[in-house]
Amino acid sequence: MSTKEPILSVRDMRVEFKIKKQNALPWHQPEILRAVKGVSFDLAEGETLGIVGESGCGKSTLARAIIRMIPSQGGEVFWQGRDLMKMNEKGLLGIRKEIQMIFQDPLASLNPRLTAGQIIAEPLKTHHPSTSKDEVKKQVRELMEKVGLSARMINRYPHEFSGGQCQRIGIARALITNPKLIICDEPVSALDVSVQAQVVNLLMDLQKELGLSLLFIAHDLSVVKHISNRIMVLEFGDIAEIGEAHDVIHNPQSPYTKELINAVPIPDPIAERKRIAERRALEAKA
Amino acid sequence: MALLDIQNLRITYDTPDGVVEAVRNVNLQIDKGETLAIVGESGSGKSQTAFATMGLLPHNAQVSGSIKYQGQEIIGLSHEEMNKLRSNEIAMIFQDPMTSLNPYLRISDQMAETLIYNSPNGKRMKKKDAIAECVRMLEAVKIPNAKNRIHLYPHEFSGGMRQRVMIAMSLLCRPKLLIADEPTTALDVTVQARIMDLLVELQEEFHMAIVLITHNLGIVAGSCERTMVMYKGEVMEQGSTVDIFGKPSHPYTQGLLSAVPRLNQDEERLVTLDRSFETQMAEG
Amino acid sequence: MMVDVQKMEQLADNLAVQEEVQGRSLFADARRRFLKNKAAVVSLIILCAVLLFSIFGHMITAWSNEEIDWGILGQIAELGAPSIENGHYFGTDQLGRDLFARVVQGTQVSLMVGIVGALIAVVVGTLYGAIAGYTGGKVDNVMMRIVDILQSIPYMFVLILLLVVFGRSIFMLFVGIGLISWLDMSRIARGQTLTLKNKEFVEAAVATGVKPITIILRHIVPNLLGVVVVYSTLLVPQMILTESFISFLGLGVQEPNTSWGAMIAEGAGAMQYGTLWQLAFPMFFFIITLFSFFFIGDGLRDALDPKDR
Repeated sequence: MSTKEPILSVRDMRVEFKIKKQNALPWHQPEILRAVKGVSFDLAEGETLGIVGESGCGKSTLARAIIRMIPSQGGEVFWQGRDLMKMNEKGLLGIRKEIQMIFQDPLASLNPRLTAGQIIAEPLKTHHPSTSKDEVKKQVRELMEKVGLSARMINRYPHEFSGGQCQRIGIARALITNPKLIICDEPVSALDVSVQAQVVNLLMDLQKELGLSLLFIAHDLSVVKHISNRIMVLEFGDIAEIGEAHDVIHNPQSPYTKELINAVPIPDPIAERKRIAERRALEAKA
Repeated sequence: MALLDIQNLRITYDTPDGVVEAVRNVNLQIDKGETLAIVGESGSGKSQTAFATMGLLPHNAQVSGSIKYQGQEIIGLSHEEMNKLRSNEIAMIFQDPMTSLNPYLRISDQMAETLIYNSPNGKRMKKKDAIAECVRMLEAVKIPNAKNRIHLYPHEFSGGMRQRVMIAMSLLCRPKLLIADEPTTALDVTVQARIMDLLVELQEEFHMAIVLITHNLGIVAGSCERTMVMYKGEVMEQGSTVDIFGKPSHPYTQGLLSAVPRLNQDEERLVTLDRSFETQMAEG
Repeated sequence: MMVDVQKMEQLADNLAVQEEVQGRSLFADARRRFLKNKAAVVSLIILCAVLLFSIFGHMITAWSNEEIDWGILGQIAELGAPSIENGHYFGTDQLGRDLFARVVQGTQVSLMVGIVGALIAVVVGTLYGAIAGYTGGKVDNVMMRIVDILQSIPYMFVLILLLVVFGRSIFMLFVGIGLISWLDMSRIARGQTLTLKNKEFVEAAVATGVKPITIILRHIVPNLLGVVVVYSTLLVPQMILTESFISFLGLGVQEPNTSWGAMIAEGAGAMQYGTLWQLAFPMFFFIITLFSFFFIGDGLRDALDPKDR
């Protein structure tokens, strides 16, 4: 871990949702679901922090709360020393340029009525509206080539691309404003295994080249492990464990991490069958 | 005689852009009580093959070849005959259990319905007996407190529990063949492990054959005796799981295997699928 | 042979590099599917014919819609029947006015009422619904309650009151129809917006800092268009029917101008004199237009939403 000043530090983040119970009357108190219960972590420049956990553990909620896409019920977020939570709309707009996001569903995260070029150019047009048309086009074409898309696809629509290509468009869109941090919300979960590796490798290459910091959210430990410097394991909105990626995988401390690691299937029939037998024996005992 | 015998299966679609071939030249046999995995990426035709077996293909699909279930030809069966086969002999579970459960009916009603109208011995079952049987089946798939939970609605179950309900439902009529189409893809890893363990156990208990369709090579390794690898509608390779994982002979299988991210390997970059075999195939 | 193929491919590649591939938009796809639907295409042709008839119809007749043919006045039942010789292709009405010219003019009014009504609905209703749905919260509540209130007032009563108080004129008719036509549309647009709002591409725009109004215009509204277009093809006939009903009551357009509704009312009244053509011609245009709109709406729905089939 680097000793540099962290680029992002999150302190005691809390997110709560009010849930109206079924057939509740207006004066009934809504139930409160605590999705994130006081999470703190630091992220250094150029570092990748993997956030792992099962569905409903609050990992996506945490990411969205950090960049104020959803309201939070307490906590501080320091972005390069400035508190994001106390910023006004205008200040926030500047931050949105520096923190970008990549989403899970490659096709759903692209507007079906816009061409690839228009989609990628949108952040640029938002933050630098005075950029000339030719300049925008030039930048879009460069980025498309950079993420491994042919620039002559610029006028194609999302439905004409494969899932992996759509995700590349999403990555290009996130890169066009030269951000410092990219939040990746399960970017490869919806992709085929063979395509997953390509996208993860692309992200790793881009990170090295551009010195990006990444928050990499996923439920698949084996993918997170490859890309992350450190891993944070979330369980029901709480940190179960946080540490160097190698340590978390090979020497897990919390029982929840152990369970997660144990559940990842091994593509080797003999080893996997042995492990299943062990698991079943353990369950029979319990 | 094999339980299911598919010969030269070919599925084509009439689309506005012309005829598209989804599956070609698929041959496969499954014996009683056997587990077969069909592995492939999206668009490999693995689900199409399963849908053809269930007679569930959309109506602009054309099927040729032969699919024999216990010696009986399935292609060209009437709606009623196919329904009978589906309710008594072949069952299927899907990726998203929520789409196959009616959100407005209690689990008890949905499950009992299957038994009342398609009871295994041909007689109409009393509702009370049917529900008792359903509770037994929910206990078999390890749903805790099944007796009370059976009266809940589908949305009151978690994803993993819903998939268990679906499995219990598909087992009610004691099928001889269970087709599981990506049964764990929508689930968390820990839940996936439990569901896969459950399927293996149930298979031993009920002596049925299972066809597991998945893109995840990992879950195949632990639970299936035989594996078939499909790519772009064609069978690349089939054989015993141990052989295929141990010494894959087809370059596509080799590539697919090496692309699976593993926890116990420490190299920096993930291995990507080498697609050079496509040109080899085209030339050879 | 092998070498040739490779060379050809290389050549094709080189050509392709210079040229950007033109994408096939969702609307282009929909257009292709729509053109395969025979009933819809025939309806579209009929509708175009009706439109051309209303624009250029007056050029092929010597009569205007207010001239009275004194020669046949009083003997309408005997001399006023449709004939090529005296130039009254559709015959004349009770007052000896040329029915062809009147149908042309009535078609103009009716189509205009339908199209203006639908246009107001599309523009106002879509934007109103999209803004309410996207903003959500209190704004949404207030905006939709306003729609509720407007909708709970019996609009026919308001329309009649408007026409009586401010005098009968085509302008007032447009105002009245415009006031009510967008209400349903705004509800539909809002419902669709609520589902669109949670799509990841909208989230992506929010995360990148795009202004709400830009999100609505660029990401929400274009994705609403499918539903809106279909609904507005059903709205046009509804507007025409409303106008017809009002004209039937005698409150719509003023003489010498006319509309389908007014003409059908006259024709129905004159049936007892044996001048059936007075009813038949406006009715014919009225019916084929409505049918065309319905078939086009059907075709559009299938074309824009292929999953339903």
